Amino acid sequence: MHYKDYYQVMGVPRTASQDEIKRAYRKLARKYHPDVSKEKDAEERFKELQEAHEVLKDPEKRAAYDQLGPDWRPGQDFRPPPDWGKGFEFSRGAPGEGPGEFSDFFSELFGSRSPFGTAHGAGRGHRGYAAAGQDHVARIEIDLEDAFRGGTRTIELRTPELTADGHVMVKPRTLRISIPAGVTEGQQIRLAGQGSPGLGGGPPGDLLLEVSIRPHPRFRLEGRDVTVTLPVAPWEAALGETVSVPTLGGPVEMKLPAGARAGQTLRLRGRGLPGQPPGDQLVLLRIVLPPDSPRARQLFEQMKREVPFDPRATSGQ
Amino acid sequence: MTTFDRILEGTPLDEATWIEVSDFCAWLHVERHWIASLVEAGLLEPRGAAPDSWSFPASDIARVRAAARLVRDLDVNLAGAAVILDLLEERRRLERRLALLERLLEQ
Repeated sequence: MHYKDYYQVMGVPRTASQDEIKRAYRKLARKYHPDVSKEKDAEERFKELQEAHEVLKDPEKRAAYDQLGPDWRPGQDFRPPPDWGKGFEFSRGAPGEGPGEFSDFFSELFGSRSPFGTAHGAGRGHRGYAAAGQDHVARIEIDLEDAFRGGTRTIELRTPELTADGHVMVKPRTLRISIPAGVTEGQQIRLAGQGSPGLGGGPPGDLLLEVSIRPHPRFRLEGRDVTVTLPVAPWEAALGETVSVPTLGGPVEMKLPAGARAGQTLRLRGRGLPGQPPGDQLVLLRIVLPPDSPRARQLFEQMKREVPFDPRATSGQ
Repeated sequence: MTTFDRILEGTPLDEATWIEVSDFCAWLHVERHWIASLVEAGLLEPRGAAPDSWSFPASDIARVRAAARLVRDLDVNLAGAAVILDLLEERRRLERRLALLERLLEQ
């Protein structure tokens, strides 16, 4: 087990007042809150911060922590002193929501089996007490094609479970799930009853799968709309020909308007991800010149002579 | 090879799936009066006039959970959480837009 310097985590001196600790917590919580933060390690930093705050905000826990002395370095190998917790008066309040997720260092000193913990998980063992199991959230990554068509997928989850002696054990489990057609990036799918078992006969929690869609080499996704860049020849754009466009559902024919411009976006209604309403496919035109050849050169020379055109005449250059 | 006796069907938590207030509360493990306070704060916009006939788009489930985390961790009130969530939504939309435009510019 490694020592944690809670003062360093919160960026306050050991002499900080409770008010200073509160202010430091609020400031850092705004910076690292996983719902708000753009920092890469926000989730981890926020958990550390909550753990530090859990101890330092509580004068009893803080005093006990301070008694370990100021000479420990963060990460240093640590064993709690044999007389840990002796001589303190404890208020055995309900444990905060976090302790299960906090570090070994925290669990050993302040967790449910420490002198600071709630005796025998009080509140849970009472007769007639029932509570719903916790909901779990897991992230699944799927291909854009799966989001379009839907289908079944097998997923492997690593589920933390509390053993009889209060330790957390990770148990693998495999589920076969159906992905509904039209799921979008960041959307959740709820699997009822697949979370933690309930307590005292309470219903089990749910499993929430958060969908992440892998980037596709050809199609780009924004909400339910799909964008594709379509290369077209200058004459196809000029004459307004019918061209084949790839869509998630397979190629479709699209009539270009005569005089189509590079950078112009055409909309194929309802050809994006299915839904109510379904998304559209946006086709961004990119005009590509034919490869250089004597004949192509000859024809361009001919256009140069016969078509009076200054592309910069109206652009103010 | 593992065989499965059944394939789990999930409910997509999207804006097209509407959930009645009783299920909404049960799924979130929260009391109805708390949902009512979220409605009052403008954080949720239910369909239906009377609280008993309210229904919510399933995509609001994630919104309620995030609001609960913000209130608990940042000490903001519900109106504050509503502002944060709206701004985050707007930020995500702009980021998606920006990423799309950046990729298009690269081509």
